[in-house]
Amino acid sequence: MQISMTVNGNEVTSDIEPRVLLVHYIREVLGLTGTHWGCDTSNCGTCVVLMDGQPVKSCTVLAAMAAGHDIRTVEGLASGATLDPVQQGFMEEHGLQCGFCTPGMMLTARALLDKNPHPDTTEIRQAISGQICRCTGYATIVRSVQWAAAHPAGGDTDATVDEVIDGTDTVIEDLPAEIAETADNEVKA
Amino acid sequence: MQIPAPFDYVRATSVDNALELLSRHGAESRVIAGGHSLLPMMKLRLSRPEWLIDINDLYELDFILRDGDKLRIGALTRHTTLLESDEIAALFPIVRDAEAVIADPVVRNRGTIGGSLCQADPAEDLSTVCDVLGAEAVIRGPAGERILAMADFHRGPYETAVGQDEMLCEVRIPVRPRSGSAYEKVERRVGDWAVGAAGASVTLAADGTIADAAVGLTALGLDHTIAGAADLLRGQQPREELFVEAGRLAAAACDPVADQRGPIDYKRHLADELTRRVLRQACTRAAQTQEG
Repeated sequence: MQISMTVNGNEVTSDIEPRVLLVHYIREVLGLTGTHWGCDTSNCGTCVVLMDGQPVKSCTVLAAMAAGHDIRTVEGLASGATLDPVQQGFMEEHGLQCGFCTPGMMLTARALLDKNPHPDTTEIRQAISGQICRCTGYATIVRSVQWAAAHPAGGDTDATVDEVIDGTDTVIEDLPAEIAETADNEVKA
Repeated sequence: MQIPAPFDYVRATSVDNALELLSRHGAESRVIAGGHSLLPMMKLRLSRPEWLIDINDLYELDFILRDGDKLRIGALTRHTTLLESDEIAALFPIVRDAEAVIADPVVRNRGTIGGSLCQADPAEDLSTVCDVLGAEAVIRGPAGERILAMADFHRGPYETAVGQDEMLCEVRIPVRPRSGSAYEKVERRVGDWAVGAAGASVTLAADGTIADAAVGLTALGLDHTIAGAADLLRGQQPREELFVEAGRLAAAACDPVADQRGPIDYKRHLADELTRRVLRQACTRAAQTQEG
């Protein structure tokens, strides 16, 4: 069947089987792998995307059901090279360790702040209660959302998408040879 | 990877169109709304419909409407809408109590009252809520509309009176003056099925005695309300000894099974304790209500 929807502001049209789940459509057909696919049972929440502004678990929505709707994924959070305050908050407050839950957490946070720009910690915890961080970094996730609430225009840091990527590369390149070697050996062991 | 078996998909454009599609595609067609019960079952291949009829565009079924002495709720009303409705919270605080602990906030954005009632999972909260509130289910089919009391609607685990070619369209809850209600659930973690839960609704007479009451249990092996609870409570002044007696009745009436959520004696204890708590809360709320 043919479906059309808006994804991160772009109109997309595809020919799919009706049984294709939204998460697989986004990842495999559209190639937007920022949306993660986790438990497959609507428990973990890493597959959360915004559908008409509301967080939904995309492993439990058919792509066909999303046709005609407005979908926003983690790739649609940044505006050009400028990070969304939520993304910047996750950087500033170390809101991620392994990063697997992060896309879903950030989209739920974005929807929360759109609805309630000044949530208290209880409201933030309730909002993300359908999502699991197996690194158990909830305290820093809550602080990241608070940072975003306190800096609705993004705050003082000038970090851009490019600089974030550059920074990561720099850290890896700057690793002393003996540490890099140890890390390699540990992985092999 | 969990992928449903192949099926054909069609979007209904109206209730009449949905009913026509159900009749046309027959026994292997299913209505899908929020999809948070049906899709997981399809992914596990426990359910293999050949046709899915998507009713998410039927905004005519998404409403909360006061109509005389009834509150009418459309079957497509999402859990989030029910949770956030101040009108519902004022009339039936039990609905907000229950909605706050149904699944998690993201699932509540999709799930609907109609889907929950039709799934009829033994651990599903809104069946108990509708039972104790004396709600009616409005079902439409090729032969027209029929209205059933919850006792006739809900036939047991995963079974309702809704026929293959019919749809639940609306839930109607009677608004009674001087009434209060409450729901409390014990769960292992957010979004898990209940270990056990209880709901109560109480109507007071002008003199402050209990004019009518209903108590129901969720996930504790009891369909519908506790027989004898209303007789025990009617005509009595709300007081702690009465709640304790009702708790004993609930523990005796329930028939829980031992599973990974707990042994039988613990679940009986929950039936007792939660019944006391929700009756206490419902009576307090009834005494405070401004209605009537």
